[in-house]
Amino acid sequence: MKLDSKIPEGHISQKWTDYKDHLKLVAPNNRPKIDIIVVGTGLAGASAAASLGEMGYNVKAFCYQDSPRRAHSIAAQGGINAAKNYQNDGDSIYRLFYDTIKGGDYRAREANVHRLAEVSGNIIDQCVAQGVPFAREYGGLLDNRSFGGTQVQRTFYAAGQTGQQLLLGAYSALSRQIGLGRVHMYNRHEMLELVKVDGKARGIIARNLVTGELERHSAHAVIIASGGYGNVYFLSTNAMGSNVTAGWKVHKQGALFANTCYVQIHPTCIPVHGTNQSKLTLMSESLRNSGRIWVPKKKEDAEAIRAGKLKPTQIAEEDRDYYLERRYPAFGNLVPRDVASRAAKERCDAGHGIEANDTNEGVYLDFSTEIQNKGRQAAYAQGNHHPSPEEITRLGKAWLEEKYGNLFTMYQKITDENPYETPMKIYPAVHYTMGGVWVDYNLQSTIPGCFVAGEANFSDHGANRLGASALMQGLADGYFVLPYTVSNYLADEIRTGKISTDTQEFVDAENQVKASIDKFLNNNGSKSVDHFHKRLGNIMWNKVGMARNEEGLKQAIAEIAALKDEFYKEVYVPGKSEELNPELEKALRVADFIDLGQLMAMDALQRKESCGGHFREEYQDAEGETLRDDVNFSFVGAWEYKGEDISQEVLHKEELKYEFIKIAARNYK
Amino acid sequence: MSAAKNINITLKIWRQKDSKAKGNLETYTLNNVSTASSFLEMLDQLNEQLVNERKEPIAFDHDCREGICGMCSLYINGRAHGPDTGITTCQLHMRMFNDGDTIYVEPWRSRAFPVIKDLVVDRSAFDRIQQAGGFVSVNTSGNTIDANAIPIPKDDADKAFEAAACIGCGACVATCKNGSAMLFVGAKVSQYALLPQGKVEATQRVLNMVRQMDEEGFGNCTNTGACEIECPKGISLENIARMNREYLKASLK
Amino acid sequence: MAKSAFLKSSIAKKYWMALTGLFLCLFLTGHLLGNLQLLIPDNALHFNQYALFMTTNPAVKILSYLTYISILFHAIDGILLTIQNKKARPVGYAKTDGSSSSMASRNMAVLGTIILVFIVTHMANFWAVMHFDKKMPLQSVTIENMGQKMELYVTTDTGKFFPKDSIQMMQNGLEIRNRTEFYNKQANLKMGEGYKDLYKITIAFFKDPKMGLIATILYVLAMFALSFHLLHGFQSAFQSLGINNKFTPAIKKFGTAFAIIVPLLFAIIPIYIHFLLK
Repeated sequence: MKLDSKIPEGHISQKWTDYKDHLKLVAPNNRPKIDIIVVGTGLAGASAAASLGEMGYNVKAFCYQDSPRRAHSIAAQGGINAAKNYQNDGDSIYRLFYDTIKGGDYRAREANVHRLAEVSGNIIDQCVAQGVPFAREYGGLLDNRSFGGTQVQRTFYAAGQTGQQLLLGAYSALSRQIGLGRVHMYNRHEMLELVKVDGKARGIIARNLVTGELERHSAHAVIIASGGYGNVYFLSTNAMGSNVTAGWKVHKQGALFANTCYVQIHPTCIPVHGTNQSKLTLMSESLRNSGRIWVPKKKEDAEAIRAGKLKPTQIAEEDRDYYLERRYPAFGNLVPRDVASRAAKERCDAGHGIEANDTNEGVYLDFSTEIQNKGRQAAYAQGNHHPSPEEITRLGKAWLEEKYGNLFTMYQKITDENPYETPMKIYPAVHYTMGGVWVDYNLQSTIPGCFVAGEANFSDHGANRLGASALMQGLADGYFVLPYTVSNYLADEIRTGKISTDTQEFVDAENQVKASIDKFLNNNGSKSVDHFHKRLGNIMWNKVGMARNEEGLKQAIAEIAALKDEFYKEVYVPGKSEELNPELEKALRVADFIDLGQLMAMDALQRKESCGGHFREEYQDAEGETLRDDVNFSFVGAWEYKGEDISQEVLHKEELKYEFIKIAARNYK
Repeated sequence: MSAAKNINITLKIWRQKDSKAKGNLETYTLNNVSTASSFLEMLDQLNEQLVNERKEPIAFDHDCREGICGMCSLYINGRAHGPDTGITTCQLHMRMFNDGDTIYVEPWRSRAFPVIKDLVVDRSAFDRIQQAGGFVSVNTSGNTIDANAIPIPKDDADKAFEAAACIGCGACVATCKNGSAMLFVGAKVSQYALLPQGKVEATQRVLNMVRQMDEEGFGNCTNTGACEIECPKGISLENIARMNREYLKASLK
Repeated sequence: MAKSAFLKSSIAKKYWMALTGLFLCLFLTGHLLGNLQLLIPDNALHFNQYALFMTTNPAVKILSYLTYISILFHAIDGILLTIQNKKARPVGYAKTDGSSSSMASRNMAVLGTIILVFIVTHMANFWAVMHFDKKMPLQSVTIENMGQKMELYVTTDTGKFFPKDSIQMMQNGLEIRNRTEFYNKQANLKMGEGYKDLYKITIAFFKDPKMGLIATILYVLAMFALSFHLLHGFQSAFQSLGINNKFTPAIKKFGTAFAIIVPLLFAIIPIYIHFLLK
């Protein structure tokens, strides 16, 4: 298979404009004759469905949640990047483009990323017009803040709930179209199969999660915007229901799955508390502006802390190891996410972890220095040049509260510890997956008519995503890319007419889904779905997690294959199909996670380099930094499905060409 | 700071096979629940136990488990989202309970939120209210005016944001003695009424959203203020007053 | 917008509740000021004058009809709202915890019903007697004239009295027509207008040896209900009308004071009459 990325010719800054000008169109009177299916209603899905509905197409949108407003885009905290240069600090489309490519460790496609930067400004205009209440300055204009990996202030935000506000904006646009009858919404529906007719995507089989009924839906194009696959690790910052099923079904129908091994592990999450933990909670990256990360220098101290015999406040300054400041003096605690995460793991693996859980994994994020600094500043600002230690502490805490009060409260609610008095305990957790279904410049997969958007595709972030860029990509894809490229595809479909769901292809697809459901319900095993999901998560976290090596990956591949066998033999799924059956939903999702997990390990194994979120222990320098291999691995690794045995998947390579950016090493020292 | 310990609890949980069946409270005992667990993790643990006993697990809504998606619900010991304030059920932790406690877990109760199964209710009424007018009628081309073309006073923007912080969980309806949705609708109406972009359609919006709210079968507002107290996002009653004003203005036009 | 929606929508219903409720608060204030005259010792005339004014003045008449309409509207609207509210939750909770709202705010319908029952009995006891009772006494005063006690009917003309005995004995050619008018029979000429003695009726009602204590207690209980109803209702009316701003704390304080002071003063009257008035 030859991968054609369909990147247009021309200068990087003109590619998208020129390309758009020459795309085929569908006339307004023809649009109502054309059906489009959108799976997922996060930023990418909701904005795509709303835009295509607005244009006049017949849109059917699907989400597994009880309302499209609940998609996990809602949980994004920090902000959304846009090259508006409102702050006059030298930002431009090119800089956003450059920062994103560099942040992705030179493993993303130039043309896609540049387009993303180009439309970033429109996103902000669009959202403001929709009534998204971004933070503002007293002059009434939009406020910005800076984020990791950049030297400008280009992040627009709405307190710590930017994702929520943007999603509600897209949801309001979607709601308007639903109200007008141009989008038909299917809540509590899960796509379980893609239906192809004559090689083209022509519909889906969806299960009504309330009644259990299998429904056939036909369309002239299918858009998958179902999010990322972080839940393959069981524990992640993803929502409980986030899954890879839609993307994986498309993959099984012939779409390639790319860069599977690129996973972003976020450094500041609340550590695991015990075996019943169901998910991990992120503490905003912004905390690293004020907190210092450390572990005890002496292993005995770490042990004593874990045993509850010592408190962190009792560890003397000289016995603390501020390992980020030690290793990366230039960036200190503000190194990028992948670097900070790996450093925490390295310390914990060396026995310095402080959390008293099964794995001892946890480090301190300490605000005491900041309390003293800001407290003294505040006292001086009040004209008090001889503040007492108590005054300094009080003022410092007040400063922290104003800046991070809600986060500190959230931390306290979860952990029952007061972060003003004792350092926060944090540890990295799986957060975002850069990999996904391979798509060309049109966001079309290798299946004609099957488009993939947002986190579900692989396209824009390379090996590591910068903060505040996920929201940007989701909305760019849905509002400003798909409406053009999908129309271009549909221009050839105006004569197709209504697609029947009575054809053999639909019958076969439905029967196959039915068979897989029945298989689970009749399996009569002895172990719960979660049992297997947790075991899969364990393998993934330990061997395909923050640090990987050849031996571990090979073990992981074998262990996952064995787990797959056991899963199908031993899983017990109670209840019936014709009802709301959450255990059945989980079983169907975990089945796909198991396959995907194996492919992730395979992808990590073939990529004999370290880049971004993918760290191979064999490929590091003397100081433990990533060693990228641009000569041999400057490609997108896209896998082709070859049947039930995942180890038979075939790797295709799309060479990455950097015409407008000079590749360099990433250095944060 | 208290170290996590394990407690044993009794649960009285509403079980209902489907929307048509008659439900009842079932009693369960669950041992060795870590007080560091969240309430939903406790339910996960109970479900694991039920599955292992070959019994049908309890259906309940949940998704993000970090208090923002609004999917989790549950009326716990007589309170929406349980015995803590400013949080959703997924943020409720078992340290709020003691060894030997009996905990009642019931679904949201409202005619407009029919029970689908066990603790799962249908909140699509909220979606329909939003579809009736909870938007700005602007197309999605992106060819709108520049984001900074209309300055918005920070105070208005902040107030709009506070109203927009609503997660649509339905705790206001669940906790209101009348099952009223005024806090939810008031928050949406307020968000747009406060912003210049939303003012253009303010009249039609409030009339349409209130009409849809009434059609869905929610009760009326008695201004008891319970919704504001139980709201996990602290949405203020001021938003209801603002909607009352907006509706009056719209009605007199 | 269809005008019918303005009557039927949930929010419009609340406007009407608020407007009628606030109007009734005004009424309460006026009514209280009149009633307080019962506390002025040995001065039935003030109170009866007030009663006459209230029943005959055309402006007051209009106000009183507005009051009746308000009470009816407030009650009917309240019943409609309550029915809808009950319907909105067909299945209740097994366990509830009322800590997030006040007892009064949760029981406005119950309190309102108590008040409605009170209003009906109150009107039967006083208003109906005043308006329709044929045996409604006229105010008279007793004077001592040369060692002899003499009862005189008081009239609206200052200084003009009609001796009670003579009328009763059909002397002087005087008779009472239309319950309050003194007529010269032969001349068919109205000689004066008496005062219905509502004061006497009121005192007798609460001093009745059999029922007086019960009446006093029930009256006081009704005022408790009124107090709780106002405690929530007063400030709630402003919220319903969309008034929630920097004045709200002051409105709430005023509402609380109003809800305590007005029913308290009302309640003091029967207590005074029953226990203290000689």
